[in-house]
Amino acid sequence: MNEDYFQLFALAQDFSLDTESLAARYRDLQRAAHPDRYAGAGEHERLLAVQQAARINEAYQTLKDPLKRMQYMLSLHGIALPETDTRMDAQFLMTQMELRESLESATQASDPYAVLAQIRATAEQTEQQLLAEVKSLFQQGGQMLQDIPARLHKLQFMRKLLEEVDAQEDELVDED
Amino acid sequence: MALLHIAEPGLSTVPHQHRLAAGIDLGTTNSLVATVRSGLAETILDEQGRHVLPSVVHYIAPGQARIGHEAKALAASDPLNTIASVKRLLGRAVADVKKLGDRLPYEFVTADNAVPRMHTRGGDVSAVEVSAEILRALRQRAETALGGDLTGVVITVPAYSDDAQRQATKDAARLAGLNVLRLLNEPTAAAVAYGLDHGDEGVIAIYDLGGGTFDISILRLARGVFEVMSTGGDSALGGDDFDHVVAEWIMAQAGIADDADHRQMRRLLRDASIAKETLSNAVIAPLQIELADGSHWRGEISRAQFYSLIDPLIRKTLTACRRACKDADIKADEVKQVVMVGGSTRVPRVRELVGDFFGRTPLTDIDPDKVVAVGAAMQADTLVGNKPDGEMLLLDVTPLSLGLETMGGLVEKVIPRNTTIPVARAQEFTTFKDGQTAMAIHVVQGERDLVSDCRSLARFELHGIPPMVAGAARIRVTFQVDADGLLSVSAREMTSGVESNIQVKPSYGLGDGEIEQMLLDFMDHSEEDVAARSLREQQVEAERVLEALTAALATDGNELLDEAERVAIDDGMTALRAACTGTDHRAIKRAIESVDKASAEFAARRMDAGIRKALTGHRVDEL
Repeated sequence: MNEDYFQLFALAQDFSLDTESLAARYRDLQRAAHPDRYAGAGEHERLLAVQQAARINEAYQTLKDPLKRMQYMLSLHGIALPETDTRMDAQFLMTQMELRESLESATQASDPYAVLAQIRATAEQTEQQLLAEVKSLFQQGGQMLQDIPARLHKLQFMRKLLEEVDAQEDELVDED
Repeated sequence: MALLHIAEPGLSTVPHQHRLAAGIDLGTTNSLVATVRSGLAETILDEQGRHVLPSVVHYIAPGQARIGHEAKALAASDPLNTIASVKRLLGRAVADVKKLGDRLPYEFVTADNAVPRMHTRGGDVSAVEVSAEILRALRQRAETALGGDLTGVVITVPAYSDDAQRQATKDAARLAGLNVLRLLNEPTAAAVAYGLDHGDEGVIAIYDLGGGTFDISILRLARGVFEVMSTGGDSALGGDDFDHVVAEWIMAQAGIADDADHRQMRRLLRDASIAKETLSNAVIAPLQIELADGSHWRGEISRAQFYSLIDPLIRKTLTACRRACKDADIKADEVKQVVMVGGSTRVPRVRELVGDFFGRTPLTDIDPDKVVAVGAAMQADTLVGNKPDGEMLLLDVTPLSLGLETMGGLVEKVIPRNTTIPVARAQEFTTFKDGQTAMAIHVVQGERDLVSDCRSLARFELHGIPPMVAGAARIRVTFQVDADGLLSVSAREMTSGVESNIQVKPSYGLGDGEIEQMLLDFMDHSEEDVAARSLREQQVEAERVLEALTAALATDGNELLDEAERVAIDDGMTALRAACTGTDHRAIKRAIESVDKASAEFAARRMDAGIRKALTGHRVDEL
């Protein structure tokens, strides 16, 4: 039970992992640990199975999502995340403000779908670039890991922005 | 009657008996029970050869009730003593019941506790007791047909059920003397019936439109594992609403006032339902409505008009589908198959619009009324151990977010909706006053930000926090949801270790004491001796424990246990066998507990070994 999530899944601690293989491992682990496998067992064993299955689920959710995986790997390296995003550079703050502004005015645009699609494309491109940087930083290791938290904050901002784009698109579809 | 199960060599050294198991679809209108016989899942018929049992209970006198078809026939003549659609009340508080308004013709008793009770000739009954009557009738039907006691059952619940409704269903089963192996979400059950039948892999959507509820589930099937990716729905939208909008349209056309009485409303709904069915095949349905003064109004409704009435309702279901796809992180066109469940999916317009949404023709080849019970039976058969290992696994999700009340009546979500279960999550809180020694914990369920908009599940208090300055205490609240979707919550002050646990019982649910009392009442009526029943229950449990442990020892005993550990377990088992020959059920219970304790470490090692072994293939791949 003291092993980390990578060990639990018998995977090397590597930021880039194959999600298909992760999913297959997940299914095999749950086949062994899920409480349904212990429907006929004693109370103690069933409780144990619930705890094990919950841990496997938690591990899977953490490893599956790049942002959670990143945060988890930083915690394994003992790198704490600053409470506030003080390390964001001026250029990113500008981009951030521009994206926010165009998102807020999207509903008034003549073609709101096009505006939202544009914001989405920009955000996704930024995401991809940041993820590539993070991957490389993890590979270099050592002192370079200290540069990851700032990127994690940017990624979290982009994710939040994408969620808002989703929500606005939903509203548009519902109005149609 | 015991059928011998032939074990595959190497899988189990102890060939065990074929155990009797059943799947139960406890429905709002009708209920069904199904089982797997000779490898085939099928619904069990009653003595008259009927599949469904109407979910109706007619009370004659205390301890005397008619259930099913007979009861349904009496609904019109004796409405106060005939309880129908009780599922709508299961797990509901008095306030919820009031919202349903005049639609329920029962006499509700105002009691001290918040569980609504209906006054009948059979006494004041709660929804749990009424449901238990239905479950008992199904149990009897199954045990008669199968010729023996049921080892366990799987009971289905709407995917969108909250904790209170799940708990109430389990309570009802306990009252009916059933061993619940698992509560299974209805769409997941349908997926099992469909998936195992077709042997497909990939993403499937289960669109379940019943009379009063709508559920959508997105699942991924891969090598026998059914992984629910998301679930959503609307617990107050169903096919009955189609009839309502048509009835309202007729009223407007025929100039019938809004305050039509119950009788007229029922006739209108029936006419609306007939028109709905006619329009499945015809473009126009004639209408002839009897007015209050006995005269008739004649008219017609076109298919186009019908569509304009129901399309907004169907679109509401599609909004839920869109959200479910998003929660599953897939696009609608990634769904490989769409399975239709529930009687209301017989309306062609529903199939058409759902087909358009997912870009493929929905599957309708399994009887939408039986598919849920059949899937539940397959799962029950697996869970009692009639299937070889590794056959099938269902991974379900929480349908609604679970959270805690924080300052200002706001909800802090601890487990978001669509999280795979079982799950355990912890969140830390702190005190906000100097010297604060207690903290009230209020558990809620729902998606809204305000506590008042969510369902209150439980309140409890953590006492004995050592006095500290505000913000110094660290109170960790842990939520654990088991495979049935049932929640338990524990709170612990981390600096002192003060702890408080609660198995969540809904704020307005039945207490354990109440359930015990009902059990006793039930037994009185059936004149079954309480002690004899307890003894039999413990003996069955002991047999189960001994059998499971014997099998485990045969497989892993030599490898995982040293001499002393082995002796301790063997001694415990010998003591348990001895206790079983006696008549003291408490002694058997104690003996089971000591066997459990003696074998706890063995169980933990077996599980670890099992997990390591599960990935053996993968490790080899990597080398």
